[in-house]
Amino acid sequence: MKITDQDVSYVADLANLELTPEERTRMEKDLNSILDYIDLLNELDTSNVPPMVQVLSDKAGSAKFEHAFRADELRPCLPHETAMQNAPDTDGDFFKVPRVIEK
Amino acid sequence: MATLTQLPPGIREKYEPVIGLEVHVQLLAATKIFCGCSTRFGAPPNTNVCPVCLGLPGALPVLNKKAVEFATLAAMALNCQIRETSIFARKNYFYPDLPKGYQISQYDKPLAEHGYIEIPSGSGTRRIGITRLHLEEDAGKSMHEGFPDSRSSYIDLNRTGVPLSEIVSEPDMRSPDEAYEYLTRLKEIILYTGVSDCNMEEGSLRCDANVSVRSRGQEKFGTKTEIKNVNSFRFIREALEYEIERHIEVLEGGGRIQQETRLYNSHEGRTYGMRSKEQAHDYRYFPEPDLLPLVVDAKWQEEIRGMLPELPEARRKRMVSEYGITEYDAQVLTVNKTLADQFEEAARAAKSPKRVANLVQGELMGRLKAKGLEIEKSPISMKGVAMSADLLESNTISSKILKDLYDKAFENGEDFSAVYEREKPQQITDSAALEKIIDEIIAANPRQVEQYRGGKTTVIGFFVGQVMKASKGQASPGLVNELLKKKLDSAT
Repeated sequence: MKITDQDVSYVADLANLELTPEERTRMEKDLNSILDYIDLLNELDTSNVPPMVQVLSDKAGSAKFEHAFRADELRPCLPHETAMQNAPDTDGDFFKVPRVIEK
Repeated sequence: MATLTQLPPGIREKYEPVIGLEVHVQLLAATKIFCGCSTRFGAPPNTNVCPVCLGLPGALPVLNKKAVEFATLAAMALNCQIRETSIFARKNYFYPDLPKGYQISQYDKPLAEHGYIEIPSGSGTRRIGITRLHLEEDAGKSMHEGFPDSRSSYIDLNRTGVPLSEIVSEPDMRSPDEAYEYLTRLKEIILYTGVSDCNMEEGSLRCDANVSVRSRGQEKFGTKTEIKNVNSFRFIREALEYEIERHIEVLEGGGRIQQETRLYNSHEGRTYGMRSKEQAHDYRYFPEPDLLPLVVDAKWQEEIRGMLPELPEARRKRMVSEYGITEYDAQVLTVNKTLADQFEEAARAAKSPKRVANLVQGELMGRLKAKGLEIEKSPISMKGVAMSADLLESNTISSKILKDLYDKAFENGEDFSAVYEREKPQQITDSAALEKIIDEIIAANPRQVEQYRGGKTTVIGFFVGQVMKASKGQASPGLVNELLKKKLDSAT
């Protein structure tokens, strides 16, 4: 097994998740089976293949990517009330969240 | 500034500080990096927001072209190599001012790398490497104090998505002074390019410092700490001084430095470890799937390079040779681009650019210094200096009168033209009046007259001085010379 219970706790912590002991066991199993599958993929030697992050060719130059940009022009923002309407807590101006800095 | 218990003499010298700086500058685009919301500072909270910068599900980022141009321009001014195809990446972490749960930044393929800044060091210059310059979005602002509900933090997301360039230096600096110089030069260069206003109070320039110490001669770096939350260059220098001494004291006491982030308290002049939950920094970067690669090809790079202005260092060198001013004065005159432009405009419009430079150097700087004024606050503008230079050049006023007018301008906080127009110092250009004075002086100084007539013609300087004194500096020096010569030569 590659992933230990400790690894699961660490990743859960980074992802801001609270897992029950049962969930941790299940995650450990799932993550290990995913890594086993990656091992299968790793049997292919890709050391000479550059990593690809997008399917579009970047050899086309900036002009071909013109559609990837917007001009620096203002667009209307959301009305303040609309922006705040789904906030779990607000004083009308700000989003309120549980205090993040210890006194 | 508060310091630790003074280190015993000789101990400080055993160690060499190693400093690297991370600077964030806000790019002066009108809109955010990935949406069309305004970047204007000071708007009411949560009014410059939209689904993209609020991180609402399904909203997609579209890159602001201006932000790319500005970052590229800054990178070029910092001597960086531009990467033709750079990649955006997600930096994952949880904090309430980052609603998406990740910051869009650049990671292993940043926009630019391998730059440098030259800083003065000893008698020459030293090159401080710039590791990288990349594009990223700013986070929002969280506030914890001064609100009715002390159990809550208050979040304003206006700043979320404001375009930033992060500029990371190599760990090349060896003293707090060098760090200060680096920041000063960096800010100056960025200001010249016009891509940021570098206003520290409004947060458009922010700096974090990494510092460690090692025994002199040792190659390996010591354990570093990071100082955050410092809002002026002076405080950064102080915080570094403090932190270096703290490191040395811990090491000398047989302890070990703990790698951590520390905050500087400028009132107390010391740093504090942040009491946050000890959490490993593990940002799990991965390529941003919502954005295409950023391609800045050779053609576009050339267009951007065409926008590069003459940079401060080059300008100083040119000004020294063109106007014959000192390095120091060139430094003062190029403190910002506007002032340097004003000076050069005035100098070129004047009859003698060199004289404008001389007046700035000889008459203006000293008075500013005496009054403790920055040159931007000078009562006499560059136009005023140019005007006075022309009046001097045409012999309309004497240098004595010029000095008086400068004094008056500084007393009243008026520009030169205002003082001159009001005072209109009357030069005595009336030959008859001058001749009268000259006759009296010749009569009163027979010995010098004899010397002159005996061939020692340099004594004329004495007579000119006497005449100027008698006329309270109001005689036209050209006319005085002419009349004196005539009289002294003819009366033999």
